[in-house]
Amino acid sequence: MKRVKKLATPPTFLSYAAVGGYEESLGPLGDAFDLCDPSDSFGQRTWESSEGEMGRSAVNIALTKAGLSHTDPELIIAGDLQNQCVASSGGVASFGIPFLGVYGACSTCTEALLLASLMSESEFSSLTVTLTTSHNSAAERQFRTPLEYGGQRTPSAQWTATAAGAFILTTREELLSDKRGLAKITEVMAGRIIDGATADGSNMGAAMAFAAADSIISFFSSSEVSPSSVDYIVTGDLGYVGSDILRDILKEKLPAAAGRHIDCGTLLYDRCARDVHAGASGCGTSASVLAAYFLPNIAAGDIRRILFLSTGALMSPSSVLQGNNILGIAPAVLIEHFEGGNNL
Amino acid sequence: MNEITSILLSALAGGVICAAVQLLIDFTRLTPARILVCLVTLGVVLFAVGAYEPLYKIFGAGVSVPLLGFGATIGRGVREAVGEVGLLGALTGGLTASAAGISLSLFLGLFFSLFFRGRAKRM
Amino acid sequence: MDISGQSGKKRLIKAHTPKSRHIKNLSLAFIFGGIICALGEGLLLLFKSIFDEKTALTLVSLSLIFLASLLTALGVFDRVARHAGAGTLVPITGFSNAVTSQAIDAKSEGFVLGVGAKIFTIAGPVILFGISAGIIYGVIYYLAGLLF
Repeated sequence: MKRVKKLATPPTFLSYAAVGGYEESLGPLGDAFDLCDPSDSFGQRTWESSEGEMGRSAVNIALTKAGLSHTDPELIIAGDLQNQCVASSGGVASFGIPFLGVYGACSTCTEALLLASLMSESEFSSLTVTLTTSHNSAAERQFRTPLEYGGQRTPSAQWTATAAGAFILTTREELLSDKRGLAKITEVMAGRIIDGATADGSNMGAAMAFAAADSIISFFSSSEVSPSSVDYIVTGDLGYVGSDILRDILKEKLPAAAGRHIDCGTLLYDRCARDVHAGASGCGTSASVLAAYFLPNIAAGDIRRILFLSTGALMSPSSVLQGNNILGIAPAVLIEHFEGGNNL
Repeated sequence: MNEITSILLSALAGGVICAAVQLLIDFTRLTPARILVCLVTLGVVLFAVGAYEPLYKIFGAGVSVPLLGFGATIGRGVREAVGEVGLLGALTGGLTASAAGISLSLFLGLFFSLFFRGRAKRM
Repeated sequence: MDISGQSGKKRLIKAHTPKSRHIKNLSLAFIFGGIICALGEGLLLLFKSIFDEKTALTLVSLSLIFLASLLTALGVFDRVARHAGAGTLVPITGFSNAVTSQAIDAKSEGFVLGVGAKIFTIAGPVILFGISAGIIYGVIYYLAGLLF
């Protein structure tokens, strides 16, 4: 079974935006974010609406950067962590862009990029927006405890990022003529569901590491690209614990890949300055780090090629209470640098 | 026994009980809700077997302030009510004795919810 | 290390999951729990000088419930509790915090099915099992009274 799909018409990242909250503004990438609201509320009355508004701002900024109006995109693919993905639908409702909602837990960012790539490949949409958001306060309320509840986090617990990443993908060459460096998605692969071997909701990074390993090994066995020809293998939100586990597996099964691994969950916060515990999580983590750090560097040519895998922990509050193991998933997209102008 | 001694004994007993529960949390990953339920049930049991009263005489608030004390209050209420009205007391005693704490806590929750909302967590 | 199969996965997780800092957690729980109980004893001595012992005990509980509830509403309680752990959870303050935090958090879903229902998320189980244990004790105590 050949799982990797090499795209005939690789879509280009026309523009992208990262929006975050207070903790994200203090992190090493704080200055690279397009917008951070230190109140986390984005002017809304409830945290759930705040997440929607954060996503709306991210799309707005990306549209503005691309010089587009909200009537231009043909499709928006969006997802978040809230029940029934209401942050996405509520946030983008006002744009009037045809909408597809997706849920892949924290793997949503890559899932949306994968689907958007295939939408352009099939000529369903030549200008597609993808949006991924997560909000710490909304997630705490839904998955854990009330915000003022006096609980203690275990060292393996991760911090759900208050962050959004919006991306505009296009195959329309006329929109790209003035661009010098481009970042394109050239290959995509869907992930398999892999048992995380733990039911501990405070150790999600560990549970997802096995899915990440499965996808990385599967990708390089099916693609013509070799591990040594990518600059980074970027996972979504394994955090410090999950990253250690992934590297142990890769060292044994695919040593060439082990040294190239880097995790967005370890890039978002400053471990020395803040009480980070095991790193960042939430689907906004990989989305915002891709938009704030990797894509600008790929477009500039400082990074030539990355394998990008957001990692998702598939579970619900009920499945955790019922003692079911957390299931992991890690879809993958290959993102490459291209020269702009005539070399298109 | 002077006041300083009784305060120190309370601090000691309270500290030991809390530290013991912390051990349970760290090693078993028992959720806080389950711990509270266990403590209140344990309080009823300790009172029922006659172990609570002697401890209370020595340590005072050291055993009554932890949620054990809440269970002991229920136990004491049940015993007194059964003594007064018979079997019906098994149903009325517990809630009657613990009514003040439960009522105040619930009412304060409602009252404060009128004026406050949850703040964003910080690391 | 053999990392294959389900048992290999569990070994990997165990090897890399950091342990809680037991000594620190234990000391902080002891200190905060001790302080709260010492405060309780101080209040108990004060109230006992005015009221009978049963009333004084109730008043101690009410004082600590009020204090914890207020600190929760002001957003202070959770900042202390993340260090204190069981030190603030185990005293009656933990119960009060669970009730108030649920209440003010659920406000956005309305006062009836939001605050009204969610306020019992943790208080409910505590009351349920406490009262149920009390009923069982009451029945046994009554039957024992008939026999002896």
